[in-house]
Amino acid sequence: MKSYIRNVFLCAGLLGAVASAAMIHGVSIARAAEEKTAPSIAIDNFSFTPKELTVAAGTTITWVNRDDVPHTVVSTDKKFKSKALDTDDQFSFTFTDTGTYNYFCSVHPIMVGKIIVK
Amino acid sequence: MGNIIKENLNSDGIDRRGFLKCMAWAGTGTLCVMQGGVLKSFAFGHGSNLDKAAMQGDFAFAQISDSHIGFNKAANPDVTATLREAIAKLNALPQSPEFVLHTGDLTQLSKADEFDTLDQSLKSVHTGRIYYVPGEHDVLNDNGAQFRERYGKDAQGDGWYSFDHKGVHFVGLVNVMNLKAGGLGSLGNDQLQWLKNDVRHLKHSTPIVVFAHIPLWSVYPQWGWGTDDSEQALSYLKKFGSVSVLNGHIHQVMQKVEGHVTFHTAMSTAFPQPAPGQAASPGPMKVPDDKLRSVLGITDINFVRGKHTLAVVDSPLSGG
Repeated sequence: MKSYIRNVFLCAGLLGAVASAAMIHGVSIARAAEEKTAPSIAIDNFSFTPKELTVAAGTTITWVNRDDVPHTVVSTDKKFKSKALDTDDQFSFTFTDTGTYNYFCSVHPIMVGKIIVK
Repeated sequence: MGNIIKENLNSDGIDRRGFLKCMAWAGTGTLCVMQGGVLKSFAFGHGSNLDKAAMQGDFAFAQISDSHIGFNKAANPDVTATLREAIAKLNALPQSPEFVLHTGDLTQLSKADEFDTLDQSLKSVHTGRIYYVPGEHDVLNDNGAQFRERYGKDAQGDGWYSFDHKGVHFVGLVNVMNLKAGGLGSLGNDQLQWLKNDVRHLKHSTPIVVFAHIPLWSVYPQWGWGTDDSEQALSYLKKFGSVSVLNGHIHQVMQKVEGHVTFHTAMSTAFPQPAPGQAASPGPMKVPDDKLRSVLGITDINFVRGKHTLAVVDSPLSGG
């Protein structure tokens, strides 16, 4: 009996999930496509990888710190600035305007990178 | 005895072969005795061969560095324990240091509880006073406001200061603030100007000890191990017969003599870092657990008045 009830709830849950997926069909597709291409930059071994990245305007880029030491992501002309990112911490920024964005780690300034927005 | 400088010195005081021999990587603590700008170096592990008389001085002070309280990764999951071991080693010295210099990276992430843990641990040090300069890990997110509130209330600018002790002029510099993209450590114009004025009226015979976090000499710029405007700072110190520069940051012992200036970096109390270029990056280096304590330590420094002698001993937490 218990098992039957659980299955009913499970089915209802699944149906609900399908229904809500259908309702936001357009959005889901768009988001999935974005996630596929959403660029991320690894901070690893005291360097940004890739060091240089070209994206379309409107793209959100996420940096992830893979090092055992804190790093930051700071635009040289103060367009964006992360807090200190500990291991596995992330920072995201959406580039709405075209242009070239140089950035560096303000803790270890020898670490530099560049984003080109077209 | 293998590391003693035996070469004849040039008139500029630089002894290249001796300098190379004197460069000691993590785990090979070195005793250096400076006499009138001439550095003598002894491998610390050969303790039985040390000339104890050479270590006698008017006063002793110690340097500890790079405690990184809050770090908990594989290279050392318990940095508070190894700091406490360093303190125990300090307290066991035959001569208590009259003061201690901490050359930065007290914490890993500039967090209040990390500073609290450090302060609590350092309360047990048998010494008169502890002087601090910040590392880049101590000024995250707040441009060093918390650091200065705790340790630099009497300091100038971003936290630099000087003091005199028994005829020796000590200068604490800050080279981890306002760093420029693509650059190294930086002192900045305000601090340089202050330094110039600070030492202007001192007699040339005054021994100078400068301490800062990032090396004030070009150790390995590819890894950021140097300070962009250190040459200008050192130009203000050229007139002095004895200048000793003490740094942290690179978590290993390195020494260099240039004219009357002796450069020295200290071990970390937390974790070792690789020798320049010997790894993909300068990040924390994992060594076998039974080797960790041999690459961490303290530096014990004796000053001999009148002879301009500074004797530096790097003491690993184990062995030696």
